[in-house]
Amino acid sequence: MFYREAGDFKTSYADDSQTFPIRFDRLRYYAVIAVAFGVIPFFINDYWANAVFVPFLIYAIAALGLNILTGYCGQVSLGTGGFMAVGAYAVYKLMTAFPEVSILIHVLLAGGITAVVGVLFGLPSLRIKGFYLAVATLAAQFFLVWLFNKVPWFYNYSASGQISAPERTVLGHAVTGASTTAPAKYLFCLIILFALAWLARNLTRGTVGRKWMAIRDMDIAAEIIGVNPLTTKLSAFAISSFYIGVAGALFFSVYLGAVEVGEAFGIQKSFLILFMIIIGGLGSIFGSFAGAAFLVLLPVLLKNILVGHLGWATDLAAHVELMIVGALIVIFLIAEPHGMAQLWRLAKEKLRLWPFPH
Amino acid sequence: MPDQLLYAIEAGLNGLMAGVLYSLVALGFVLIFKASGIFNYAQGVLALFAALTLVGFQNGQIPFAHLINAVFGTDLHEFGWHLPAIVAIVLTGAVMVGLAIIIERYVLKHLVNQAPIILFMATIGMAYFLEGLGDIMWGADIKKLDVGLPQGINETIDTVTFNALGYGFFIDNLDIVASVVAALLVISLTIFSQYSKQGRALRAVADDHQAALSVGISLRFIWVLVWSIAGFVALVAGIMWGSKSGVQFSLSLIALKALPVLMLGGFTSIPGAIVGGLIIGMGEKLFEFFVGPMIGGATENWFAYALALLFLVFRPQGLFGEKIIERV
Amino acid sequence: MNQMNPDGYTTADGRKIGPVLMEMKNITLRFGGVKAITDISFDIREGEIRAIIGPNGAGKSSMLNVISGFYVPQEGEVWFKGHRRGPMRPYQVARLGIARTFQNIALFDGMSVLDNIMTGRLTLMKSGLFSQAMWWGRAEREETGHREKVEKIIDFLEIQSIRKTPVGRLPYGLKKRVELARALAAEPRLLLLDEPMAGMNVEEKEDMCRFILDVNDEFGTTIALIEHDMGVVMDLSDRVVVMDYGKKIGDGTPEEVRNNPDVINAYLGVSHD
Repeated sequence: MFYREAGDFKTSYADDSQTFPIRFDRLRYYAVIAVAFGVIPFFINDYWANAVFVPFLIYAIAALGLNILTGYCGQVSLGTGGFMAVGAYAVYKLMTAFPEVSILIHVLLAGGITAVVGVLFGLPSLRIKGFYLAVATLAAQFFLVWLFNKVPWFYNYSASGQISAPERTVLGHAVTGASTTAPAKYLFCLIILFALAWLARNLTRGTVGRKWMAIRDMDIAAEIIGVNPLTTKLSAFAISSFYIGVAGALFFSVYLGAVEVGEAFGIQKSFLILFMIIIGGLGSIFGSFAGAAFLVLLPVLLKNILVGHLGWATDLAAHVELMIVGALIVIFLIAEPHGMAQLWRLAKEKLRLWPFPH
Repeated sequence: MPDQLLYAIEAGLNGLMAGVLYSLVALGFVLIFKASGIFNYAQGVLALFAALTLVGFQNGQIPFAHLINAVFGTDLHEFGWHLPAIVAIVLTGAVMVGLAIIIERYVLKHLVNQAPIILFMATIGMAYFLEGLGDIMWGADIKKLDVGLPQGINETIDTVTFNALGYGFFIDNLDIVASVVAALLVISLTIFSQYSKQGRALRAVADDHQAALSVGISLRFIWVLVWSIAGFVALVAGIMWGSKSGVQFSLSLIALKALPVLMLGGFTSIPGAIVGGLIIGMGEKLFEFFVGPMIGGATENWFAYALALLFLVFRPQGLFGEKIIERV
Repeated sequence: MNQMNPDGYTTADGRKIGPVLMEMKNITLRFGGVKAITDISFDIREGEIRAIIGPNGAGKSSMLNVISGFYVPQEGEVWFKGHRRGPMRPYQVARLGIARTFQNIALFDGMSVLDNIMTGRLTLMKSGLFSQAMWWGRAEREETGHREKVEKIIDFLEIQSIRKTPVGRLPYGLKKRVELARALAAEPRLLLLDEPMAGMNVEEKEDMCRFILDVNDEFGTTIALIEHDMGVVMDLSDRVVVMDYGKKIGDGTPEEVRNNPDVINAYLGVSHD
C-alpha cells in the first residue's frame, strides 16, 4: 500500500540513479541503519555477538568482495580462503611489528597487501577463463595455506604454529584480545562493513561496475567496444581481494583471536563464501548480505533444533547441515540462479502493485 | 649408480603409480564433461560414496542407522552378515546407477542450457549433499576396505632390482594392480565409445546436443548412462584408494588432485587424462624429493596446481585439448 | 567515378563526401593455411556510407573484424585518419573512434538497456577509481553528463520506454536497435555495422534503414556496413565493395557494381569457363 513509485517523480539524472529510487525503500534503509548503530549495540551480549552478529558482519565483507569478482566481473574464484589468510597473517605481522599504530590502519593495510597478492594470482585470468580459472585459483588456495604453515616467519616462530591477536584498542576500547566487549567487536566490524558496502555500491553502479559487468556478460564484445580486459579484470581482483583481506584480518583479530591457518582458512572457507553469494544473489550488494546472514544463521538454527531440542549427536547434525546446504545450492541454482536478492526484487515488484494488481 | 639417483627413480616410479590413480579419477571427469559439458566437482565425493557403500554392504551395516537411532531411540547397527566382495561390488554398482538416475532426474534435467559455470557450482552443491548423505547412511568413522586385492611390497621387483642395482625398489602390489585395472578400464571404455551403438550416440551428444536430439538420440538416457559409467569409474577409484588408505572423508579430496590433471591434459581428452595424471603423479613426487626438503616439505598440496597453472598460461587448451578459436 | 579526387566527391543526392578516412592496403588474412582475405585494398571516405557485400563465406565479416582490430592481418596496412595503424588490441582501436555492431547480437544480457548504452561511452569517461568509489565531484558530474548524451541517443532511436528493461527480455529487433544505440553512444568517427538488417521483417528493416540514414545525415558519421539484402544495400550506400572467395571483385557506386560482369557471375552463378 505504501510501497509506490507513482508520484515519486525524478527531476534530475542524479536523482534517477540513486541507490534507492523509491521513497519507502530509502526510509527503510535509514531505519535499518538506525537500528544497527543505535539499538543493537546496547542489547548485544557475548553469545549473540560471537554466534551471530560478528561472523555475519565479517562474512558479509568477504561475500561483498567475492561478489565483486564473481558476481560482477564473472571471474569465479575458489581462492577466497587463501586470500582471507593473507589478510589475517598480514594484520598479525603488522600488529606485532608496529604496536603503536592504530589497528584500523593495520586492517586496511592488510586489505591492501591482500589486493597485491590477489592481482598476482589474478594475472592468469587474462589467458584462462571459466572453470579453468576457477581451478587455477585453487592453486592460490593451496599454495597460500601451505606457505603460512611452512614459513615460521609468518607466525613469528611461535611453537604452536598458531597466530594469536594481542590486545589493541580503538578510542580507548579494546577491539582485539581477550578483554574485548561484545559491543566493541560489533561496532568495529559494523563501521568497516558499512563503509565498504557503501564504496562497493558506488563502484558497481558507475563506470568501473559497467566495465566489470561487460566483461562478465561478453568479454570479447566488451573488448571491442573499448574495455581494456587487463586493467578491468585486475581491478576486480584487486578490489575483491582488498575486501576479502579485510574480512580475513577481522576474522582472525576480532572474531577468533587465535588461528591455525589450515583450519580457519581452508578450502571449505572458499566454498562457504561462494555459497553465500550464490544463495544470496550473484551481482547484488543486498545479496551478499542476505547470503552471509543465511549461512551464518542456518547452522545456529539447526544446532539449536537438532542438538538442543531433539538431542541428536553434533556430528549427525553437522552431516544433516551438509546435506541441507548442498541441496539448497542446487535448488537455488535451478529455481533462482540470481538468489535471494532476485526473490526480494520480485516480491518488491509485486508489492508495488499490491493490493490492486490490475 | 649413486644412491641419490636410485632413490629418485624409486620416488618417480611411485609417483607414476599414484599418477595412475589420479588418472582414474580424472577419467570420470572427462567422461561427464565430454558428454554433457558439465565439470563434475562431485566426482571425488562419488568415489567416497561408492567406497562407503561398498564397505557398508560388505559388513552388513544398516543404512541410516545413526539417523534412525537418533530419531526413534533404537540401537541399530548391523544386520549381522558379511557379504562376499564380489556381491558387494555388484550391489554398489547398482546403487551408483540408481544415483545416476536420481541425479539426472532431479538435478541435470532442470539445468539444461545453463552456463557451464552454473553447472559447475551445482556439482559443488551436489558434492556437499552426497558427502552428508554418505556420512549419514554409513557413519563418518574411518573404515577399512578389503576386497582381497594383494597389498604390500612386491617381492619380485624388490629382489630383481636389488640383484641388478644393489638397491631394492619398494613398489606396492596394490599400485601395480591399480595400474593394470586402470589400463583395462581405459581400453574397454575406448572400445565402448568407438564401436558400440551407445558409444556412438555418446560421441554425438558430446559434439552437439541439439543435433543429437534431432536424430532421435535420447539425451536423458545418455546422461544416465554417462553418470552411471562415471559412478562405476568412481567405484573403481574408491576401491583402489580405499584399499590403500582406508575409507574416510579425505578420499573425496582426490577430486582436488584430479583437477590439475585435467587442466594439464585438457578437459575433453581421455589420453590427456592419462598422460596428465602420470606427469603430475611423477612430477610432484620428484619435486618433493628434490626441492621439498629445502622449502619445508608437503609440497604435494600445491605443486600440481602450480604446474598446471604455469602450463595453462602458455597453452590454455591443455596438452591434448582442441585449440580455442574466438569468434564474434 | 571520381575516386581520384583527394578532397571527395558529391553523391547523386547532393551530399558532400570528404577525403579518405580509412584506407585498407593489400590486406591478406590467413587462419592457419586458409586464406580468408587475399590482397584487398579499398578506402572509406569521410561522411560516406560504404557497403561490403558478397556471397556467404566471401570474407566480409573477417574484413570487418580486421577494421575493428579483432583480427590482425598477416599482410597489408591499415590507415586511419592519415596515420598507419600499428598492431593494436581491439580496445585501443575502439578508442580511436571506431565503433561497431555485431552479426549475432553482442549485448550485455545482465544489464539494463540504459547501462548497455552507457558502456558505449566508456572510452570517453575519465574519472578515476577513487573518485568513483566516493561518488563525489568528478565521478558524479561525469555520470550525469554522459547520461544526458545517452538520453539524446535514446530519444533519437525511439527506445525511451525500454530504458530500464534488462536487455535479455527484449525482442530481437529492439536488441538490434539497442546495439546501434550503444555504438552511437561512443560518438564514433567510423561506425561498422555487421548485417544490421539480418533476421528482421520488412517493417523493422525500414526502421533500421531510416535510422542508418539519419545517423549519417545528422551526426555526419561515416558508416561501413555488411548486408545481404541487395535492395537495402543499393538504396543505402554511396559506394560498394564486392567480395568473393576472399578477393575483391568489384568496387564502385551501386550502379557500377550492378553492371559489373564479375559481380553478376558471382551472384548468379554463371559458370567460370
